Amino acid sequence: MSGFLKSSIGRKVAMALSAFFLMFFLIIHLAVNITSLFSPDLFNELSHFMGTNPLVQLALQPVLIFGVVFHFVMGFVLELKNRKAIGVKYAQNNGAANSTWMSRNMIISGVVVLAFILLHFIDFWIPELNVKYIHGDMSGLLPDGESYRYFEELQHKFVSPIRVGAYVIAFVLLGLHLAHGFTSAFQSMGATAGRKKTMQQIGKAYSVIIPLGFIIIALFHHFNH
Amino acid sequence: MNLTLKIWRQKDSNAKGQMVDYKVTDISEHMSFLEMMDVLNEQLVNTGEEPVAFDHDCREGICGMCSLYINGEAHGPDRGVTTCQLHMRMFKDGDTITIEPWRAAAFPVIKDLVVDRTSFERIQQAGGYISVNTSGNTQDANAIPISKHAADEAMDAATCIGCGACVATCKNSSAMLFVGAKVSQYALLPQGQVEATDRVMNMVKQMDLEGFGNCTNTGACEIECPKGISLENIARMNREFLKATIKG
Repeated sequence: MSGFLKSSIGRKVAMALSAFFLMFFLIIHLAVNITSLFSPDLFNELSHFMGTNPLVQLALQPVLIFGVVFHFVMGFVLELKNRKAIGVKYAQNNGAANSTWMSRNMIISGVVVLAFILLHFIDFWIPELNVKYIHGDMSGLLPDGESYRYFEELQHKFVSPIRVGAYVIAFVLLGLHLAHGFTSAFQSMGATAGRKKTMQQIGKAYSVIIPLGFIIIALFHHFNH
Repeated sequence: MNLTLKIWRQKDSNAKGQMVDYKVTDISEHMSFLEMMDVLNEQLVNTGEEPVAFDHDCREGICGMCSLYINGEAHGPDRGVTTCQLHMRMFKDGDTITIEPWRAAAFPVIKDLVVDRTSFERIQQAGGYISVNTSGNTQDANAIPISKHAADEAMDAATCIGCGACVATCKNSSAMLFVGAKVSQYALLPQGQVEATDRVMNMVKQMDLEGFGNCTNTGACEIECPKGISLENIARMNREFLKATIKG
């Protein structure tokens, strides 16, 4: 396996596999969060299930964290190797003549998304770990002991316009990252599907719908808390 | 037309190198880019200066020798042509044209606009061939049934002239379009199957050893390739590599 990851194609395949997993996770994440727009109760129920189910917490969550860390570490490894391969830079280079901004700047959109994930971890994930595994409160209830805390915490987080602004910018960059990454992952896996018109359209739709969904959720709770 | 040329001059592989400005006058729009370079060099020789070194051979777009990064694009602003096929009618009177060598760590500059592309040769030697017994009773290749579709696709891949525009264009200096084409031209044909596993593994290994970058699938190589080699060849190489890895 280490030999496979030492080859240029092996690394790209590994990037694509982790990307597929992360893209699948985004669909699940959005599906859960979108319920907060129309049913706080359903959002609370789903959040409690995801936050306390042993299979999700002990099996899927570690895989997800590994996937995120792997994708970023490998992204940086590839970037460093590519920079070394370039050597002297051109005095004049017209990249826009033959490729999209998104495809040439995956590292920029990727770093913004990474910064966002760190903020997101500080906002939601670390407090969750603190409540559940440090304080040992797995009830998911508010201090009144009557109702779930998830929806209220979500609304509270989106009060700050600065945080909402940061989320919106990060989601736009996520969209640009996905606009190239979705079909690129198929190509790296050797699948011709990524080059077909249908898959390109699905990729475009995915890269717009997923970030837009998260942006709508952030704005909705900002203006309706 | 009268032009200003900004050209990379570098005495040898160890020299630092810099962009130098030149003026050329009365250039016909019917000239090829290399003929314009010939005019410049005649001018330089007549004034006792060192002519600009650049690669060229057939001047018919077949040999893959000519290169040049012109105004920020490999083989210049035209599509589907090598620099020798690029005509001066693509430029306007009074234009300033920037001319640089291919840039990649694996393509070091030898002199001025000439780069060392022997890394491509070493990749080919690592597996870009089929072993055929030529003891006197060699089977006629045309006797082997091959579908029209596979033959056409293999021929498309085989039209790669190894000029290196893909590497020069790639933001990562990746050679995957070149290697993908060389792997594909055999992967599509029955003659290539016997050595398929070793071929892709050895060629990819050599490509990495030479210090080429990784593919980001920007598609720039396909656009700038003078022979229109498709990105599909990179996907095929990736499939061949995965197949070979699983087979071991």
